[in-house]
Amino acid sequence: MSDCVDLYQEAILDHGRRPRNRRAMDNCSHHARNENPACGDEVVVFLKIDDGGVIRDAAFDGHSCAVATASASLMTEVLVGKTSAQAKCLFDRFHAQATGTEETPLDGMKAEGQRLALLSGVREYPVRLKCATLAWSTMLAALENQRRPV
Amino acid sequence: MEAVYNRCEPSDILQIEDVEGLMADNRYDVEAVRADFPILHRPVRGRPLVYLDTAASAQKPVQVIEAERSFYAEDYANIHRGLYYLSQRATERYDEARRKVKTFLNARHEHEIIFTRGATESINLVAASFGEAFLKEGDEVLISGLEHHSNIVPWQLLRQKKGIVLRVAAVNDEGEVPLEEFTRLLGPRTRLAAITQVSNALGTVLPVAAMIRAAHAAGVKVLIDGAQSVVHMGADVQALDCDFLAFSGHKLYGPTGIGVLYGKEALLDAMPPYQGGGDMISSVSFEKATFAPLPAKFEAGTPASAQAVALGAAIDYVSGLGLDRISAHEASLLDYATERLSAIEPLAIIGTAAEKASVLSFIMDGVHPHDIAQVLDSRGVAVRAGHHCAQPVMARFGVPATVRASFGLYNTKAEVDALAEALEEVEAMFIR
Repeated sequence: MSDCVDLYQEAILDHGRRPRNRRAMDNCSHHARNENPACGDEVVVFLKIDDGGVIRDAAFDGHSCAVATASASLMTEVLVGKTSAQAKCLFDRFHAQATGTEETPLDGMKAEGQRLALLSGVREYPVRLKCATLAWSTMLAALENQRRPV
Repeated sequence: MEAVYNRCEPSDILQIEDVEGLMADNRYDVEAVRADFPILHRPVRGRPLVYLDTAASAQKPVQVIEAERSFYAEDYANIHRGLYYLSQRATERYDEARRKVKTFLNARHEHEIIFTRGATESINLVAASFGEAFLKEGDEVLISGLEHHSNIVPWQLLRQKKGIVLRVAAVNDEGEVPLEEFTRLLGPRTRLAAITQVSNALGTVLPVAAMIRAAHAAGVKVLIDGAQSVVHMGADVQALDCDFLAFSGHKLYGPTGIGVLYGKEALLDAMPPYQGGGDMISSVSFEKATFAPLPAKFEAGTPASAQAVALGAAIDYVSGLGLDRISAHEASLLDYATERLSAIEPLAIIGTAAEKASVLSFIMDGVHPHDIAQVLDSRGVAVRAGHHCAQPVMARFGVPATVRASFGLYNTKAEVDALAEALEEVEAMFIR
């Protein structure tokens, strides 16, 4: 399996086939829904943020391609235990990796940065950037959408 | 060939000499055809290009490319401008292109051929101009559930403007629009039926000849969207007796930016201009303008003359190969592809009409169409993934998108094999 192996690395295929945290969350504190009109993909992101501003749980739901699903799955894993500010910092880093632009500082989240780099192969496929960033932009919207019912 | 023999009844079997005669007459040398298409020899991602997106846009033979180049290099000036040699020469070549389209469609008159930017503009022209002249609030336009967005949205815009009613003939589970369903919706307020002859998303061939007869019996005019059909089966507008027919040059192995609206003379004469400008007037003062006769009335401004000339070359090209032989070649590719892809277990073909053009739409259980197309692209196989500008068709079959492989006059069985093998890799990668 050569060729687009840079995009579909085994870990990405695994997250695509068996996504982590794909579930609705009844008691979330934040959520948002977003879609990619180009392909009809849809994702809902749920966050549970405690009074100290730390993300205690993250989940997603919807239907999407392997790239978008794997990205959402990875995102929900790395977000747990982070503050909103750290989540935004990870988004910036992820976006920089995915677009091949200058990488932003990680503020001590080196391991998370390495995990997200799994998806940096998407930079060779600009058409798929929207797939890779769908869950992340939805997460940012969720951070703005505090405590509204799903 | 084996499959053909297997289907034969003993009484159908031809004598050997008949078969040889047929083979000689119908020999279709696809390798010679491929040699005419420079882009097919360009490697993609390090592999030979397998171009299976002709339904979106066809590649261009060197004859078309050369026609456009030579028009610019040798004969170019604006048309209908003055007495100098080059303008006359350019005008002659533009008029010659119109004659070729007239012959291709078997229209009664050259001035029934209007050059447009494409099928989309042709349909918009009819919606705006026929709509202005003949449709009022409460009048109905009948379309089918298989229409491309370009034969839906212009009517919705007209609905906003004039309050017309849009009726939609439903699609069955095979992806067909049965004649009875169409006929059932022809009512006392129906004024126009705007129907595609071939579904771009599924390949279904609609029974437009019978639909036109039924519509005319009810006093309803008919616009045929021929964007997908003329490339496979041509069109005889007098035999069909359609009132309008629209098609695009770029799907007919011709250039982008040029298309055709055929319309019956009496209707076009009765319709107001679509756009105002130069070339479409007889005289202009600040008090009034009188409009030029057909076809100039509908061709405001400097037209895509080089593209019209190259469209003429495209028509020469497909006519030279013979539409019968092209469609027989494409039908054999569709049969073979249907057989090969049906053997891939998680794959489901969407659109199983009895009569289909060489378009194969499919989904794979558990794999998103965009992921399929991405892996295929890495193997050099170009297919379309998405809603194909036919979201109502996707909704009818309950899918957000499909993968669509479409076959043109230059495709080969080896390319179908490449598609099938790449799909088997997709299955191994995402499912197993």
